[in-house]
Amino acid sequence: MSDAVGASERQREESNARIMTGNAATALAAQDAGTDVVAAYPITPQTEIVENIAEAVESGEFDAEFSRVESEHSAMSAVMGASQVNARTFTATASQGLLYMSEMVWWTAASRLPVVMAIANRALGPPWNIWGSHTDALSQRDSGWIQMFAGTVQEVYDLTLMSYRIAEDHDVMLPMMMNLDGFTFAHTMQPLEKLPREDARAYVGEVDIPHDVTAEDPRGFGAFTAGDNFWQFRKKMMDAMDRVPAVAEEAFDEFADLTGREYDLVHEYRADDADLVIVGLGTLAREAEVAADVLREEHDVAAGVVRPILQTPFPQERFAEAVGDAEKVVVLDRSTSFGRGGIVTRDVNLAVDQPVASVIAGIGGQNVEFDDMVDIALNAEPGKTQWFGGDL
Amino acid sequence: MPWIGDQTETQIEKGHPACAGCGMVLGVRHMLEEAGDNTILVIPACCASVIQGVYPYTAFDVPVINTAFAAAASTASGVEMALRQRDEETNVIVLAGDGGTTDIGLSSMSGALERRHNFMYVLYDNEAYSNTGFQKSGRTPTGARTTTTPTGRVGEQKNIDKIVEAHDPEYLSTTTSGYAQDLRDKTAKSLEVDGPAFMHMLTPCPPGWRFDTGDTVDVSKKAVSTGLWVLYEKERGEEVQISRPSKAAFSDPDPVEDYVELQGRFSTADSVDIDTLQERAQRNIEEYSEYLEGVTA
Repeated sequence: MSDAVGASERQREESNARIMTGNAATALAAQDAGTDVVAAYPITPQTEIVENIAEAVESGEFDAEFSRVESEHSAMSAVMGASQVNARTFTATASQGLLYMSEMVWWTAASRLPVVMAIANRALGPPWNIWGSHTDALSQRDSGWIQMFAGTVQEVYDLTLMSYRIAEDHDVMLPMMMNLDGFTFAHTMQPLEKLPREDARAYVGEVDIPHDVTAEDPRGFGAFTAGDNFWQFRKKMMDAMDRVPAVAEEAFDEFADLTGREYDLVHEYRADDADLVIVGLGTLAREAEVAADVLREEHDVAAGVVRPILQTPFPQERFAEAVGDAEKVVVLDRSTSFGRGGIVTRDVNLAVDQPVASVIAGIGGQNVEFDDMVDIALNAEPGKTQWFGGDL
Repeated sequence: MPWIGDQTETQIEKGHPACAGCGMVLGVRHMLEEAGDNTILVIPACCASVIQGVYPYTAFDVPVINTAFAAAASTASGVEMALRQRDEETNVIVLAGDGGTTDIGLSSMSGALERRHNFMYVLYDNEAYSNTGFQKSGRTPTGARTTTTPTGRVGEQKNIDKIVEAHDPEYLSTTTSGYAQDLRDKTAKSLEVDGPAFMHMLTPCPPGWRFDTGDTVDVSKKAVSTGLWVLYEKERGEEVQISRPSKAAFSDPDPVEDYVELQGRFSTADSVDIDTLQERAQRNIEEYSEYLEGVTA
């Protein structure tokens, strides 16, 4: 790993510690990864991402084609088309925008094209609401996109870089949804240690779509396909998705060699000896870390937090290992599936044997602070779906 | 290049599953022969997404990216950007039907035209959703029977060419399967310009329009000779140029009955419908006669 050590030294010399928002860090990562084509449409709270990209492209600092398309449907179509001819691509959206592009979200995944898309998670209307909820991304759970959820500005920068590695891996070739909570940290400034651009590019590598379209080697993609073959394409997608955790771990390991920053499929906080485990995605689970401290210090409850970074495919074994034999598992679910409860809770139920207490909390701007989480953790009833502000 | 009746290159192989007498296959074969091998096709849901063949076979000699119904122009715009980013010159051609262009794909096409991508958009117009069994589209003519207008279409066709013209594309042309040389010349010009080129190709559809499969060319030419379909071209910043077959039609147009009676789809059309079509033809002739100074050879 002498190259990695060399790169690490360079990084210490050249990189700047900065302070920026999650949106800005996401845009910076797309640039540092050497993205060729960006197409996007404005939507709160993602807009700052593409504004930053526009600024970088127009100042000449970012050598990419940037298309200000007329809709999210076209945004995804354009990056899909670009990816199909072997370009590295990026887009960003949220909420209604994701639903509007949904048809192409599915088309891109089944075209096996490793587009990377940031989602600044936001509630779906009506009623109109611009604040956080994970239902937007999770509504596309079954589309064939890999889904990761970041919890800090540093994480979203790092994970966006790693997204390209994972998505473009020839064992995967599936697109990546990189999620960051709308406003909560999309618009919140935190310190960031960025990689020198050349190190980031070297880490991500060259894009190489094995089924790219060229006039020299004419092939057709997506043509009418009958029952004898259709299922085989779907099985190949399923198999590719199954390979994601191993590919992600490899990408995480090499990233740690380069930067010293370690990532896991599931982030654990004081979970080793925990009797009570709080589960959640993104910033909600970061806040829960404070709740775990308070539970330990003031309530004599050995509490911890287990936060999936990789949500799709859900890393069942790694998640179950992180939860261990905790007596109580409380999911803070920032999503809703009407008739089923919280969406993340379904995955947790499948992964662990313990009865799971599911609490829908923090959607659409509902404020949930660590002391609320302490109460939730102590009072939530296993086997039930409850609502913070309602039952709890 | 001049077409002398032989195949110059084959771009749609024998064995494709299009209907006999398909006006689209006839027109698109000429278009593709003119475009040549250095071409990438983008095809949304339409007849062309079926007639290319069933996986793992394809009848096209050029690569095809199939995309969703409303996504043709936007997908092509992405292909074009990626090629431009690495200075690669390949024809990017959308092949879309009238539903995918004038109805569901309109905003996608409008956006791509407005952003001035360097691509050619071919609207092959069979005046209905033919692929799904001939339902009414925005291009279905007055009085025509479709499976969703079983007693005849009420109202008039959407004038997509005026909509496209409002985007001021680098090159805009109308053509039809029955005039091969016209179609080929306009293809060549479409691919020469740097920027968006739009070709509106009227492609008679035997099963949908209900005429004999051997009459495709005659029906195509009759649309022109009645004035219902006007062949012209327009370069950006230039005046409309009326093409030769339409010039001839303007001086001595056939009555629209000659066109209507060839086709079973007008079997429920009444005299009011026929009058509406005749007025349409007359208005076309009056409007476009204004440009007759610039007849093209």
